[in-house]
Amino acid sequence: MKYTILIYESAADFATRTDEKRKDAYWGAYRAYTQALTQAGVMIGGAGLQPPPRATTIRLRDGKRQVQDGPFAEAKEQLGGYYVIEVPDLDHALDWAARCPAASTGAIEVRPNLSM
Amino acid sequence: MSGAIDAHLAAELAARTSYGRLVAYLAASWRDVAAAEDALADALLAALESWPRAGVPNNPDAWLLAAARRQLIDAARHAKVAASAAPGLELMVAQARRDEVIDAVFPDERLKLLFVCAHPAIDETARTPLMLQTVLGLDAARIASAFLVSPSTMSQRLVRVKARIRDAGIRFEVPDPPELRSRVEAVLEAIYAAYGSGWEDVAGADSRRRGLAEEAVWLGRLVARLLPGEPEALGLLALMLHCEARRPARRDPSGGYVPLSRQEVALWSRPMVEEAEEILVDASRAGQPGRFQLEAAIQSAHARRMVTGQTDWEAIALLYEGLLLCAATIGARVGHAAALAEVRGAEAGLAAIEAIPNESIATYQPYWALRAHLLERLGRDGEAQQAFERAIGLSEDRAVREFLVATSRRPPSGGRSRGQPGRS
Repeated sequence: MKYTILIYESAADFATRTDEKRKDAYWGAYRAYTQALTQAGVMIGGAGLQPPPRATTIRLRDGKRQVQDGPFAEAKEQLGGYYVIEVPDLDHALDWAARCPAASTGAIEVRPNLSM
Repeated sequence: MSGAIDAHLAAELAARTSYGRLVAYLAASWRDVAAAEDALADALLAALESWPRAGVPNNPDAWLLAAARRQLIDAARHAKVAASAAPGLELMVAQARRDEVIDAVFPDERLKLLFVCAHPAIDETARTPLMLQTVLGLDAARIASAFLVSPSTMSQRLVRVKARIRDAGIRFEVPDPPELRSRVEAVLEAIYAAYGSGWEDVAGADSRRRGLAEEAVWLGRLVARLLPGEPEALGLLALMLHCEARRPARRDPSGGYVPLSRQEVALWSRPMVEEAEEILVDASRAGQPGRFQLEAAIQSAHARRMVTGQTDWEAIALLYEGLLLCAATIGARVGHAAALAEVRGAEAGLAAIEAIPNESIATYQPYWALRAHLLERLGRDGEAQQAFERAIGLSEDRAVREFLVATSRRPPSGGRSRGQPGRS
């Protein structure tokens, strides 16, 4: 089964990415996590995303385009990246999600992918 | 008002202290765990309604038991009408009527319930959750979180396994001697799983089951009392108490991870260590060593540091050899390798972990952490770095992850490894 691990990070997490003192630990943890996924043979893909202020959101309503700066919804935690993994079942997916560095600071959402 | 509060407290107290006994007694006589739990839940609700008005009964347990039985009979009647086939129902009803006035003391059937929970016909992964729910009354959501399973999945599993007990007619009984040994082992293993296989980790890295440690120790005490003279039950209790004793020393004041070798022994709980030691001595009187006694003995050897200021790795390595003979789990193999590294050098330790089959190590964090430390000690820095990365990526506990990141970044010194593997 393919699952997507959606990483929701707090504002503090996003700030850590560029904090001179803490950024190495931040990126090091994700590098190690990605490597662990790859070497366990479960990694399908994924991406890290730039912070929410870099987002642009569009909607089409009644034929009218609405474009706004920023993410689609204001929330305490915002999507910071995702992984797609292939594991036998949800239990395994949750095991991997718990190891994601943001699990202890933000939230990790696990969703089964639609098979297409 | 205060009467209502008292009634509330009485209901809660009855629920906490008697829940498992009441479920066990009801389930043993009705042979249906789910129905027993539902009936008791209804009885507790009824108590919350009735006790504030009518006062708390003299014997709350007997009151709850009677109310739960009425529930069971009603439910069975409904089921009979629905299915129009329930042979023996009338008999059960009559029996229940006769028993309606229940003695102050009703038999403790929890041991039978524990054996049912860990029955060979029950899937291994369901045994511990089932015990936690039926004996301790924990809800599915809490159990699910502790085992990192989705709450809806956990609920379904529990429902399914209870149906299996009922439909397969699994008997509420204490097994006969030829079977007893292996059945006791299954009960103890399920309790230990609640305590947390995490303790096999270099780091106690798997911290998610920490939330159930107290419940597991409670179950350990219960089973040691219900099975007097069973040395392995005592062994398990001693093991858990030794590990619990170190809890205050496992984190520094700022929340950082402290490996076993650097823990301040003054922070270990002396009363708990002493209790564990006494229990282990009791266990050894039977002259039947086993897995849990050996694991407890390993922890006891670590605990000796409180007295001697040193760790007798020679003794620990020997105990691990014994442990490997009765339970060659990956945790035991990694622990053995760590002890060997202390006695015969990093090279020997590395050889021991490299002999562990590949398929079991892909996601086992303690393997990679130990491997990293040993390679570092051997000056093989490139390989050490790779193993550190792997261990960091597999860590769930933030403090452990940060500890490993800091350790892996130290300039190569060829000095002694920090963070002795072994249970923390």
